[in-house]
Amino acid sequence: MSVLDFDYMVGLVPILLRYLPLTLAMAAAGMALALVLACGLAVIRVLGIPGLNGVTLLFISFFRGTPLLVQLFLFYYGLPQVLAFLTQINGITATIMGLTLHFAAYMAESIRAAIVGVDRSQTEAALSIGMTNGQLMRRIVLPQATRVAVPTLMNYFIDMIKATSLAFTLGVTELMGATQKEAAGSFLYFEAFITVAVFYWVIVELLAWCQRRLETRLNEAYRR
Amino acid sequence: MIQVANLVKRFGDTTVLDGIDLAIDQGEIIVVIGPSGTGKSTLLRCLNFLERPDAGQLTIGDLDVDVTRASRADILAARRRTAFVFQNYALFANKTALENIAEGLIVVNRWPQAKAHARAREILSRIGLADKADAYPASLSGGQQQRVGIGRAMAAQAEVILFDEPTSSLDPEWVEEVLALMKQLAAERQTMLVVTHEMGFARDVADRVVFMEGGRIVEQGPPSQLFNAPRDPRTRDFLRKVLAAQPAISPS
Ligand SMILES: Nc1ncnc2c1ncn2[C@@H]1O[C@H](COP(=O)(O)OP(=O)(O)OP(=O)(O)O)[C@@H](O)[C@H]1O
Ligand SMILES: [Mg+2]
Repeated sequence: MSVLDFDYMVGLVPILLRYLPLTLAMAAAGMALALVLACGLAVIRVLGIPGLNGVTLLFISFFRGTPLLVQLFLFYYGLPQVLAFLTQINGITATIMGLTLHFAAYMAESIRAAIVGVDRSQTEAALSIGMTNGQLMRRIVLPQATRVAVPTLMNYFIDMIKATSLAFTLGVTELMGATQKEAAGSFLYFEAFITVAVFYWVIVELLAWCQRRLETRLNEAYRR
Repeated sequence: MIQVANLVKRFGDTTVLDGIDLAIDQGEIIVVIGPSGTGKSTLLRCLNFLERPDAGQLTIGDLDVDVTRASRADILAARRRTAFVFQNYALFANKTALENIAEGLIVVNRWPQAKAHARAREILSRIGLADKADAYPASLSGGQQQRVGIGRAMAAQAEVILFDEPTSSLDPEWVEEVLALMKQLAAERQTMLVVTHEMGFARDVADRVVFMEGGRIVEQGPPSQLFNAPRDPRTRDFLRKVLAAQPAISPS
């Protein structure tokens, strides 16, 4: 069996396609939640809200300083032992939770940098006409910061899609979990894993293409 | 009517405003001059609460506050009654010229968008930029940006417009158009408090010139008196230096 079994690989494609939606859904949910959390953390950091600022720094430090796999195990196996109401946490939920917290920690810093990058004189101009801090953020600072942060955030989304593959260690049958099962049945490990690798690769390249187009558009913004 | 009484501002140990008293009548055009680092910008910024003063009483129209006790509502009220024109324009980069002018009307005065845009268009034609309504700041010249900056201040219908060196960042070619717009406002008797190094503007347009040094008002008076017969040696010294650099308007 020195030659690749192409028929097997082709046959694997429709099987794996069935698990693609779960992979994408976990990434999309994780990204949406992480964005909300990261914006909150970034605003706390920018405003330097006493007390909360320290907690935020600790949060960011922990979730950037420990491996995602460790965090996932902590949520899936560890949390139910200490939090009684979580007698059982489902693998998908634990994955989304882990992805959210882990990536929010990284994204918060990018968003903070983008916010701080908005010219300070615009902040003063907004305050000088009587805008509140909230109005200033919503209407002037965040729209501009978004344009700066989007390319970086897209990178995190790409990372997150790849990171969903860790969910298989929590017993979730997503793209990677399904491949693992198929390979264990057929013993064609190389064929199975190269096929799933191509799956991830194609998704990531599609997103990278979108990212490049988006970046060109963003660079043209506000120049008319 | 605006009245500032015993305004004090410190940064750490240095007293930057050392008890400023100033009254401005409605429709009056006041130009503030003085050496660098004297507190001219700080004075304007305190009136707008971009800096929090350490002491003083501030009266702007129907608002009367002890600045040390000013609440958030007082600060917003003071900001609505004063409009600021910045040296570096400080336009909102994500908003068109029209939106820059309409923004305060929509967000602060809660006007419906259509009404605010209609007013912004009126102002754009008054500042000679009707054709630039949809242009973003990045595509405007410095002079055009500063005129939009002034337009944004006009929209606020404040008791007073505070100008902090509105022409100092401009390339020389754009200075005239901005000064011309300011003269137009002065002719309409818009109350203005202008910090500038443009002595020609002060001489031609100001009702009163205020000379500041070391955080205090040293001398003030009509431009004819202050430029031609300054009383304080510090004023004379300052004028000699700047007028040597701007010979076109030296005392005749
Ligand atoms: N945020 C600040 N923190 C500390 N010191 C400040 C601050 N802003 C201004 N100062 C100091 O206060 C003094 C007055 O500054 P200000 O900008 O009001 O002077 P100015 O008269 O406007 O000068 P210029 O003509 O150079 O604009 C200066 O010594 C300046 O260094
Ligand atoms: Mg200044």
